[in-house]
Amino acid sequence: MGDVLIFAEHQGGHFPKATLTAVHAGLDLAKKRGGKAIAVVAGDAPEAAAGEIAKYGVAKVIALAHPALKNYLADAHAQALAALAKKEGAEFIIATATAMGKDLFPRLAARLGAAMASEITAINDDGTFVRPTYAGNVMATVEIDGPIKVLTVRGTAFDAAKPGDSAAPVEKQNAEIDAGALKMEFVSFNATKSDRPQLTEARIIVSGGRGLKAAENFKTVLEPLVDELGAAMGASRAAVDAGFVPNDLQVGQTGKVVAPELYIAVGISGAIQHLAGMKDSKVICAINKDEEAPIFAVADYGLVADLFKAVPEMTEEIKKLKHS
Amino acid sequence: MKILVPIKRVPDPATTIRVLSDGSGIATDNVKWVINPFCEIAIEEALRIKEKQTGEVVLISVGQSTWQEQLRTGLAMGADRAILVKTDAALDSLAIARIIAKIAGDEKPELIILGKQAIDDDANQVGQMVAEVLGWPQATFASKVDITADKISVVREVDGGLETIAFKMPAVITSDLRLNEPRYASLPGIMKARKKELKEIAADSLGVDLAPKLKIKTLAAPPKRQGGRKIASAQEMVSLLHTEAKVI
Repeated sequence: MGDVLIFAEHQGGHFPKATLTAVHAGLDLAKKRGGKAIAVVAGDAPEAAAGEIAKYGVAKVIALAHPALKNYLADAHAQALAALAKKEGAEFIIATATAMGKDLFPRLAARLGAAMASEITAINDDGTFVRPTYAGNVMATVEIDGPIKVLTVRGTAFDAAKPGDSAAPVEKQNAEIDAGALKMEFVSFNATKSDRPQLTEARIIVSGGRGLKAAENFKTVLEPLVDELGAAMGASRAAVDAGFVPNDLQVGQTGKVVAPELYIAVGISGAIQHLAGMKDSKVICAINKDEEAPIFAVADYGLVADLFKAVPEMTEEIKKLKHS
Repeated sequence: MKILVPIKRVPDPATTIRVLSDGSGIATDNVKWVINPFCEIAIEEALRIKEKQTGEVVLISVGQSTWQEQLRTGLAMGADRAILVKTDAALDSLAIARIIAKIAGDEKPELIILGKQAIDDDANQVGQMVAEVLGWPQATFASKVDITADKISVVREVDGGLETIAFKMPAVITSDLRLNEPRYASLPGIMKARKKELKEIAADSLGVDLAPKLKIKTLAAPPKRQGGRKIASAQEMVSLLHTEAKVI
């Protein structure tokens, strides 16, 4: 009882910060429930990645191997993880609520006949969990019944686990998959090309909204500021819907949830749905010409100004600062 | 092609949500109830597929009698008939998925299209659970759906880009924001909707395990962020971020 299986999502053998937050949460949960934390890395040849995550404080790592786990597909992964969770007798199975975690874990929960709490932000000592609902405007304390409990964590709510000096043992297991029941086929992945940091990894994020008026202005007005700061670029739903930037830059209730050290919102009014994705940032800075814009209510520093004038001025000022 | 579209009734996304002082729920006075926005996108996608291929779009909802309103709205958009699985109990996602799967077993649709998440509980679970209960393939967060002969290919919005997967029907698809722009119900549509079939079934007559395993103990408002300070110029902004906030 109390053992926690942590699904360690990797990107070609590399573990992003988002995964390490689930590791942290899994370690904390195992400690609170008096169990072991076991990481699982899935793939067609997951051994190398498994060796990497073994340094992060877990009791054991399972390298779960099968040719059908080469590209991520929900049906094969759900089969493999459900069989493993039962075999290991885990009480909890946990992952980060990335696009993969969100796609996979409800399917896994249904396969286990288990209930799932999505995007938890806190693990309470009494066995309950806290999760945001209504775009983060209502925090629900929930309890899960049943011998096995399925969880995803909101990456911004937990610190990333840190590597130690020793490594846990890695155990290779062949995944139990009924290949005849697999019905999904991976066709292609079209990566958004960018040299900038990823939104969920970045220390600073500069986001643009409808106020930028055109895709062109993201390039000429916003990007110089983004790059001067070495920041990631984000956007409001309105900017993505208008086709100014690709969909994976969307910050908000239904896009990415971020909490960087500095979030600069440019030409974003601050709809509830956008605030849901960034209001836990350490410092929020907003530039908008409408002084009534709701973004100012959550901003530590607000500047009521024409962004087409203010953003280049900020970029210039930061350049000076760096060279002073 | 027959398409089943499960939909949910939620507070209008523009509503300011207030938690009751005892933490037992949210204040529902002055709440305008609507179809969950992602479910509207799911209805629209089903209608577009039907318009290209002929077939039937069947709506389903699991909730109280009042949920008829949203089913009628969906019928007015153009869906053919609706099923309300009636319950006053607070069900969890798995119970709802099992109900939908049970109805799918009777209706035998080729496709089930749902919204990727409801904007009230933000759980993002039901579509994936329905797919697993039925043993069907799933494509969540769909931004483009292409149907050829008996195969479907779906472009999905995932971290770092767009992924394409393919499978044969029957299958489950959940809609992301940019799959389509839902239509409004027209006046003739609203008139017609009144005469369309809306069947009610009692949830506890389906022989499905409805006991919730996920229980909400209490609700609370999140800590409020103190913002609102205004700065005079871009120069001052940069200076404060450097010397006071120490983030650049």
